[in-house]
Amino acid sequence: MIPSRFDYHAPGTLEEAIGLLERHPEDGKVLSGGMSLLPVLKLRLGYSTQLIDINRIPDLDFIRETDGALEIGALAREADLESSPLVADRFPILVDTSRVIADPLVRNRATVCGNIAHADPANDQPATMLALGAEVVALGPGGERTIPIEEFFLGPFMTALEPTEIVTRIRIPLPGPRSGGAYRKLERKVGDFATAGAAAQLTLADDGTVASCGLALTNLSGTSARAADAEAFLTGKEPSAENAGEAGRLAAAASDPAEDWRGDVEYKRAMGRVMMTRAILEAAERAAAD
Amino acid sequence: MATHQIRVTINGEAHERTVDSRLLLVHWLRDDLRLTGTHIGCDTTHCGACTVLLDGKPIKSCTLLAVQADGHELRTVEGLEQNGQLHPVQEGFWEKHGLQCGFCTPGMMLTASALLERNPSPSEAEIRRAISGNLCRCTGYVNIVKAVQHAAEKMRST
Repeated sequence: MIPSRFDYHAPGTLEEAIGLLERHPEDGKVLSGGMSLLPVLKLRLGYSTQLIDINRIPDLDFIRETDGALEIGALAREADLESSPLVADRFPILVDTSRVIADPLVRNRATVCGNIAHADPANDQPATMLALGAEVVALGPGGERTIPIEEFFLGPFMTALEPTEIVTRIRIPLPGPRSGGAYRKLERKVGDFATAGAAAQLTLADDGTVASCGLALTNLSGTSARAADAEAFLTGKEPSAENAGEAGRLAAAASDPAEDWRGDVEYKRAMGRVMMTRAILEAAERAAAD
Repeated sequence: MATHQIRVTINGEAHERTVDSRLLLVHWLRDDLRLTGTHIGCDTTHCGACTVLLDGKPIKSCTLLAVQADGHELRTVEGLEQNGQLHPVQEGFWEKHGLQCGFCTPGMMLTASALLERNPSPSEAEIRRAISGNLCRCTGYVNIVKAVQHAAEKMRST
């Protein structure tokens, strides 16, 4: 399969890239890992006549700790998350997530920021970033702005980004003591999108109850969003099997899955409940050991 | 711009060409450079038959533009053999019957060689994880795993 014709640009700086987007606000498209964009162009599900490849812009591939936050740069690959000691130590939920995205070869190219910016509700990072309360940092002609992740996803493949903005990094606040997170995904085979996925991030109080939590599901609604009912239920309670199960049920009940070859609506809700319950229990175990 | 002058080192040899923006790396390798060991399987980023090493890392060449490889180093299956000597991974596939139809084999061997570069003693689980983006419809993977283990032993002993 061959994409339709486009011009290819390889800017050396972010400013140059934004200048190109300003010149082509309608059909300019940013190419980072390309693991979603190139298949879209090849299958002609979408098109762009101006491809702006940011891979030659230096110093965007960082995973670093800055001002009490983990920062993931626009060119950090999913495989980099898997092998980062900082991430393994502080954010096991990110290792869980990156390990089940597509396959190892795809993860050598696919970027974490691209997984967010593409805003495919079937992507795995959106749920994890919602659970973590991340922020998206975008750069545009007017400078930089920070978008809370809850305000980032507007619909399937639709985000709060302006056509002339580029996601330069994701910021995730470092969790306090007794925190833990986990991501669980049911997939038919390696490389498939989730039948159902769930992200849970918890902080425990001294008495072992849940002081605060972030919960979100993957591929069970048109737009990635936090499972607010389930979060409200779980906060202040012990992360017991029973409470985790009820939070899972609430999250699944609020979801809106579409029937496809991965299953019907009832099955997907049921699997969403199971994945969320498991993610909460694993997150609680990690938080208790933190 | 719709065409680009690129320079890519492939199996140690520099290649310069003018390519279309939309030319896929796999098509450049096969149709222009006649490096037909890189196969096209699914053409949708799933199967890994088109695997090549980009700066030492396995990637799917059906999902990279040729122009994106400009200035980088590639290794294809043709570059595994050195001075008439098979790569230990190639020997492993030979010795352990790691293939049947052979269509996935070039990609499988490149992924395996990259794994052994970074992890000389992988466990069976690590081997299976590493090749999980390379699909084989014949072997059931058992002999592929044995082939990689054979290569790992050979590489450690030399």
